[in-house]
Amino acid sequence: MSPTQNDRLIAGDAIHANDYAAAVARLAEDLGSEQSALLPMLHALQDEFGYIDDLMVPLIASALNLSRADVHGVVTFYHDFRRQPLGRHRVRLCRAESCQARGAAAIERIATERLGLRMGETSVDGRVTLDAVYCLGLCATGPNAMIDDVPVSRIDPTTLDRLLGELTR
Amino acid sequence: MTRVYVSKDMAAVALGADAVAEALSNAGAQVVRTGSRGLFRLEPLVEVETPEGRVGFGPVAAADAALVLDGGHPARLGDVSAMPFFARQQRFTFARCGVIDPLSLDDYEAHGGWRGLTAARALSPQAAIDAVKASGLRGRGGAGFPTGIKWQTVHDAPGPLKYVVCNADEGDSGTFADRMLMEGDPFCLIEGMAIAGHAVGAERGYIYIRSEYPFAIRTIREAIARAAAIVAPFALEVRVGAGAYVCGEETALLDSIEGKRGEVRAKPPLPAIAGLFGRPTVINNVLSLAAVPFILSEGGDAYAAIGFGRSRGTMPVQLAGNVRNGGLFEVGFGITLGELVMDIGGGTDSGRPVKAVQVGGPLGAYFPPSMFDLPFDYEAFAAAGGLIGHAGITVFDDTVDMAHMARFAMEFCAHESCGKCTPCRIGSTRGVELIDRLIAGERRAADAVERLPQMRNVAGGARPAGQDVELLRDLCDTMKFGSLCALGGFTPYPVLSALDHFPQDFGAGAPISSAAAE
Repeated sequence: MSPTQNDRLIAGDAIHANDYAAAVARLAEDLGSEQSALLPMLHALQDEFGYIDDLMVPLIASALNLSRADVHGVVTFYHDFRRQPLGRHRVRLCRAESCQARGAAAIERIATERLGLRMGETSVDGRVTLDAVYCLGLCATGPNAMIDDVPVSRIDPTTLDRLLGELTR
Repeated sequence: MTRVYVSKDMAAVALGADAVAEALSNAGAQVVRTGSRGLFRLEPLVEVETPEGRVGFGPVAAADAALVLDGGHPARLGDVSAMPFFARQQRFTFARCGVIDPLSLDDYEAHGGWRGLTAARALSPQAAIDAVKASGLRGRGGAGFPTGIKWQTVHDAPGPLKYVVCNADEGDSGTFADRMLMEGDPFCLIEGMAIAGHAVGAERGYIYIRSEYPFAIRTIREAIARAAAIVAPFALEVRVGAGAYVCGEETALLDSIEGKRGEVRAKPPLPAIAGLFGRPTVINNVLSLAAVPFILSEGGDAYAAIGFGRSRGTMPVQLAGNVRNGGLFEVGFGITLGELVMDIGGGTDSGRPVKAVQVGGPLGAYFPPSMFDLPFDYEAFAAAGGLIGHAGITVFDDTVDMAHMARFAMEFCAHESCGKCTPCRIGSTRGVELIDRLIAGERRAADAVERLPQMRNVAGGARPAGQDVELLRDLCDTMKFGSLCALGGFTPYPVLSALDHFPQDFGAGAPISSAAAE
């Protein structure tokens, strides 16, 4: 890595770290500085920054009087918390039994082929992340998906094509 | 201006209800957004208010808004509540769901809301607990523990600080009753929790909702704000889960609220003695708490009057998967599995024969149609090697491969295991490998240890498939009796039931030494 890139990276990190510190301090004020504020704080940070940057971990630990290991343990335990940013769009396909009973596996296969991604991957251009979800509670009308924040039921190959096509924008 | 009712339940929205509501509004109607009635084949369902009562149309496309308003839409259903699917139900808990505006305090009160809380407050805490005991209500989350006895334990536990926690981490596939109630009648849950608070002496409650239910989270938060003055001094807070299935287990859920990894605690101590933050805690499922307002307003005896054996009252059964009339069907215990799947559910949606139904979510057993005479009852299902769980029934047609479903059960357990106990953490992964080998028809060669001269009791050669089946049963036995909670402990239900009832799906060597199939 050339010095300039490295410098930029470090400078970039410093800016982020300042943003993170401000956000964590504000959240500790709102949510309290007890351990029980940890999950709400992680949700709020992820909503604001898109993911839980490793740089946040020591800041959170210090704000809630926890060890870094405690915070790291919680971040890595829960499937919702990500340590890398998502794509601009997120396609979550339900993989649970009720959707399987209605043909979810075929829909998953088509989606992975169309997007050229495996489940859990983000496209190289950062456009879309394909993910599995285990039950959205729409179990009588599967196969189901969440496309960004919109639930969609009764997905067939045609609707899947249309939905994925809309994501190119 | 014509008033119309359109559901804003997540399932209805996923089928296009938002666009229908917008089109109706643009066409000049006054649109009231409700919860869902619970028959998803009809969604998006539109009900038009007329002098003769509400007239339903469904499913309706957004382009047909004008047709609905002039009454000429071909999918005219008439009075929705008179349709057989609804007329056959006994809606104690879901009476208001799909009928009222979920966030209207006026609607709630006009439909009998807060009567249970008023009645409870007129009683001593002990008398309120006695009413719940008399109702025979058992935990609707799946365990079936008597709710009144749990409350009594918390009531009798010493200490000034106690909690009421609602388990709304409805992670089981095939279940959606908690979600529907939270979206369609949130005040009912709040009322039930306030009654629990009065009964056990708690002033603080938490509702732990899974993050996959964004609509329910929004609705409950707003409902808590609107009802705060009514339930005060009892105060409620929503906690949002983070995608961990195991947090539906009550002690893992408590740890999650406390800001920890959602790992299961060893019991005892019971949460009723040392629960949230180490304090005595009532932790109940959404449906248990939502059944309480009815019990207090109508009396425990009225609730207990219907039911079957030791299972009293009603169960909101959820028909899911490949079923024609999928949805929510609240009915007294004792109805048979076959009536639910075939008569009410109408068989499969694909029109093919039913091959199997899974009752109780990912940890529930698979039953073949030959067992459809089972009455819906905690004890009857336990005796048949299954559980009713949260009363979700997932229907599969004859295209399903049961070995694949057994493998999925193990894979899901491996994916979601909290890692605290070995049978669940390691056993699930070994289970996937075993089933993979059975499906592939491979014979496992003896490994380096098995070839050691000291291991003289080991055959040494390749292991036949029959031995792998025995090994799988042995593994299931270890998981069932050695796991700390229901995740590892109940994963054997789908695996063994698939093996027992559908051995033909596991390859040639499978049907051997079945304890249950004798």
